[in-house]
Amino acid sequence: MSLIRYQFPELSNRSSFDHLNSLRDEMSRLFDFSWPSRDTGLFSGWSPSLDVWDDKDNLVVKAELPGLKKDEINLSLHEGVLTISGERKHEVEKKEGQSFRSERYFGKFQRSVTLPTAVDATKVNASYKDGVLTVELPKAEEAKPKQIAVNVS
Amino acid sequence: MNTTLNQTQSQPTAAQNRRVEYLTPLANILETNDGYLLEAEMPGVNKDGLDITVENGELTIVGHRAPVENRGREVYRESRSFDYRRTFELDPSIDTTKVTAKIDQGVLKLHLPKAEAVKPRKISVHD
Repeated sequence: MSLIRYQFPELSNRSSFDHLNSLRDEMSRLFDFSWPSRDTGLFSGWSPSLDVWDDKDNLVVKAELPGLKKDEINLSLHEGVLTISGERKHEVEKKEGQSFRSERYFGKFQRSVTLPTAVDATKVNASYKDGVLTVELPKAEEAKPKQIAVNVS
Repeated sequence: MNTTLNQTQSQPTAAQNRRVEYLTPLANILETNDGYLLEAEMPGVNKDGLDITVENGELTIVGHRAPVENRGREVYRESRSFDYRRTFELDPSIDTTKVTAKIDQGVLKLHLPKAEAVKPRKISVHD
């Protein structure tokens, strides 16, 4: 028998952190003030959000990386772990004048995700559009779903 | 994990019933000699999804995400697919007829020039 923490039924699908985040959003709206974004981890400077999708033949990883240049993004795949890293540099040189808000993060970032299935590392395809990085990783042949014909004799 | 998808299934709170959900884009504002430079992060938004209005001394930026095709089964999700919206109060010195905007890789850049009358001016001294 496994031990599972009791959750109130209406909360069942949402982690307690989601509630913290929505509370934070409510506060932001009330005061027209932006807390450091959910993208900003507690201990790291910037931790871009990642999504992973699984269509039948590919894994698709998406990362929100606004305001980078294509060659500032590094991708690596090692032992089933995809790592996205890079550095966002200040575009505007520090001009004279006052900074009123400074919420955007500049500097290095890195995210890693363990891929749920084996992929063919030689056929990975990445594109960067509207500040969103999309990485398509074709599944390795042995990881693809297969139809097995049943012969009845 | 499925926050966004479950939004419609879970019991909506009173606050959620009243309005559409928006994300607040992170912004930087810098004052220069000529005016203000406002940068706002809206990944997933392109030129066609932008809606920028100036009304009653307030600047409102809205970013609608470009539609994304369905990519199969969701394994893991951190991003939230809401549109972006944020309002800023404008300094009266800004010439709202000359505001220019562009968006590059999900970062909106607005240039808000000051009216000629309030720009710092060098006054030459005659003999």
